[in-house]
Amino acid sequence: MSDSVAGSLAAEKNFYQEKTHKGILAWLLSTDHKRIGIMYLFSMLTFFLIAVFLGFLMRLEMLTPGETVMGAHTYNSIFTLHGVLMIFLFIIPGIPAAFGNFMLPLQIGARDVAFPRLNLLSYWFYLTGAILALLSLFTGPGPADTGWTFYAPYSLRTGTNVALAVMAAFILGFSSILTGLNFITTMHRLRAPGMSFFKMPLFCWSLYATGWIQILATPILGITLALVLMERWLGIGVFDPVKGGDPVLYQHLFWIYSHPAVYIMILPAMGILSDIIPTFARRTIFGYKAIAFSSLAIAFVGYLVWGHHMFTSGISDTSRMAFSFLTFLVAIPSAIKVFNWLATLYKGSIDVTPPFLYGISFIILFSIGGLTGLILGALATDIHVHDTYFVVAHFHYVMFGGTGFVFFAALHYWGPKMFGRMFNSKVSYIAWGFLFVGFNMLYFTMFVLGYMGMPRRYYDFLPEFHSLHVVATVGSWILIIGIIIMFVNLYRGFRYGPRATMNPWGGTTLEWKVPTPPPLENFDKIPEVKHEPYYHPRNQEERQ
Amino acid sequence: MSGASPTTGAVDSVFIFIVAISLFFLVLITFLMIYFIIKYNKKRHAKAEDIHGNTTLEIIWTVIPTIIVLFMFYFGWKGFEFIRNAPEDSMEVSVTARMWSWLFEYPNGVETDTLYVPVNTPIKLLLNSQDVIHSFYVPAFRIKEDAVPGLQNYLWFEVSKIGEYDVLCAEYCGLQHAYMLTKVKAMPQEKFEEWYEQMRQETQSTYASSDSTQMSIEASPKTSMAGSRLVQTRGCMACHSTDGSKMIGPTFQGLFGREVVLIEDEKEITITADESYIRESIMQPNKKLVKGYNPLMPSQEGQLSDEELNAIVEYLKKL
Ligand SMILES: [Cu+2]
Ligand SMILES: [Cu+2]
Repeated sequence: MSDSVAGSLAAEKNFYQEKTHKGILAWLLSTDHKRIGIMYLFSMLTFFLIAVFLGFLMRLEMLTPGETVMGAHTYNSIFTLHGVLMIFLFIIPGIPAAFGNFMLPLQIGARDVAFPRLNLLSYWFYLTGAILALLSLFTGPGPADTGWTFYAPYSLRTGTNVALAVMAAFILGFSSILTGLNFITTMHRLRAPGMSFFKMPLFCWSLYATGWIQILATPILGITLALVLMERWLGIGVFDPVKGGDPVLYQHLFWIYSHPAVYIMILPAMGILSDIIPTFARRTIFGYKAIAFSSLAIAFVGYLVWGHHMFTSGISDTSRMAFSFLTFLVAIPSAIKVFNWLATLYKGSIDVTPPFLYGISFIILFSIGGLTGLILGALATDIHVHDTYFVVAHFHYVMFGGTGFVFFAALHYWGPKMFGRMFNSKVSYIAWGFLFVGFNMLYFTMFVLGYMGMPRRYYDFLPEFHSLHVVATVGSWILIIGIIIMFVNLYRGFRYGPRATMNPWGGTTLEWKVPTPPPLENFDKIPEVKHEPYYHPRNQEERQ
Repeated sequence: MSGASPTTGAVDSVFIFIVAISLFFLVLITFLMIYFIIKYNKKRHAKAEDIHGNTTLEIIWTVIPTIIVLFMFYFGWKGFEFIRNAPEDSMEVSVTARMWSWLFEYPNGVETDTLYVPVNTPIKLLLNSQDVIHSFYVPAFRIKEDAVPGLQNYLWFEVSKIGEYDVLCAEYCGLQHAYMLTKVKAMPQEKFEEWYEQMRQETQSTYASSDSTQMSIEASPKTSMAGSRLVQTRGCMACHSTDGSKMIGPTFQGLFGREVVLIEDEKEITITADESYIRESIMQPNKKLVKGYNPLMPSQEGQLSDEELNAIVEYLKKL
């Protein structure tokens, strides 16, 4: 990584050139937020690509009825692993750990996060969790086959290596908590002079809201998973009905974390989009406060809606009604954001660059994901589509169409700043075309399959579902071609491409006011902030 | 009503309502986005204008979506009320789910592995599970409810058209989850009555000949036949083969008199499978585990009567 950018700006040493240790230790022992961010980025992308490959295998299996390439047991392990890798190793640490670590101190004008060593510790937790998750595949009685949700009592009974997988998720939780804690403290204590909370870029606001979810919700996951372990090892009987336990209790506890976790995954993506749109519309954001507060509203109401994952589990009709009602409320702040982003395009001077194109796809794909969420939130319809491909399609639209596309947008947007070199834009557009077409072919088909009654986590299917499964599988191939083109292009660009300037996109936030790549301490002199984050001086001149 | 059950219409109408509104907003959002990108492209619109916000607009696009989602919530809830409240005169059938088959028990004691129902009669299913969580799902009726061990859930439907409808297990439950399928077979009223009565007589005559006051050691061909049927309806075949092949559990073939290696309290013991071992393995399957298998089988304690247990043992002896 480091060679490609060595000596890009002669005057000052960039952070790649400042090494405290030799070789790989320069990374593993570094407390520099930029190095930690890049370590997270590469680790996560590795797991993302493995999980994409597993998804490819799953779709291949669904191409024909009966056995296509693997047996039922392998299929069950593969969808479990796909979920665990994507959720716990990619999308939950996701944007905060990679881009948040790198960009947050830069955006608020700080030299590092508040607790640099804690930051490194959280990466080590991440790494330990990841290693345990991988170990669970190759040791003991074989990889877990429970689905990423580890539902009791199945997870208590199965002979597969559930304990190690659960332990991995448990440890990953600590990484998440520490990152959240670190970011919140950083924003409270280390903002540059003049940068009030309302002058922070909206990406920071989204990390702030996310941080609180990470701190407050993650311990519940830890407790729940610890109980699963104790149940498996000691047979304490909290969840096992044979011992007087309650399997529905497990679902409550699991979703009390895992629903808010959905917002850990999506809020930072919304934050990045709120930075990207004003950059390429060359104007200030519309409704700064509305977007900032809607992040907090989502984080708050998001705690109260977990029961919508349990509408068929036998909880009381009253609680089903209450959870349905609250779920509809949480839709509103997301709608507000979408309208504000649209209004930000109004009277802008729009430059359709790769980061903008990938980012703006979020609006369509996330809207589809969000609107189909209404069908899942409504009681009558959820009863029918719960646990079908409809749900699978819905959360892939939100998570992949939403967070995933913005993650790609962020790679294009901030990549040149992080690596010091530029990618080929033309190839990026081509990759986007494949991604967008393949994505919709794969997942939109799943909405139809789901409404027709195709249950999720099925190794096989009834004959009437066959043709649509073929469409979805072909879609997955197109999507993967897009992913390959995009990553090859980014890799070549960031390694061999032309040097990136300090501010290739005309961004207005502070990360564009430091050299590319940034020096170790970020700022020579901590800047004084006088303007709102999306202040385009040119627009002011024109008017006066 | 065109649906296969009144519940179908109740769900579909809510679905259409939400989809129609959603489609309107999706088209609006997409159109505005593309329109702005073209109209305010830097080629056409070189000078951007800073607009910081507009309180009136913010209020409008907060209030309107709020009203709309409240309507969606209301219709969703109303539809749900309908599909949750079974009519008073429903026929009740209890459903037992287990890895990986369904058992239906009718009020007159008849047991089947396929759900036979009369048309135009509301049916209420009482759901239970013997092992892990399953979910009873009939896509054509748009209904689903989990079968949770230790909990009795319910759902109802009423078939309006004679025919067969797929039943799927919708909650992931292990290896054969995708094959935990059966059917609802809807018959005309009279035909159902006929079938129902015939099945009742068959069930009764099976056990009338065997001695019900004590465990009969003597095998009669009739009990062994009943055993073969029980092994089917009780779902044993999902995990145990009769042809020697290894499935989730050990095969039934040649079980009687076979040497088996067991794990009890983490110690290995070897025994010869006899009648008392087979009985114990059905009633407390996880006390002594056959080496190399997982403790997945639910106990049949309270699930099988003495006669039924005898019948199964007799049947297994013959394999
Ligand atoms: Cu949720
Ligand atoms: Cu099942």
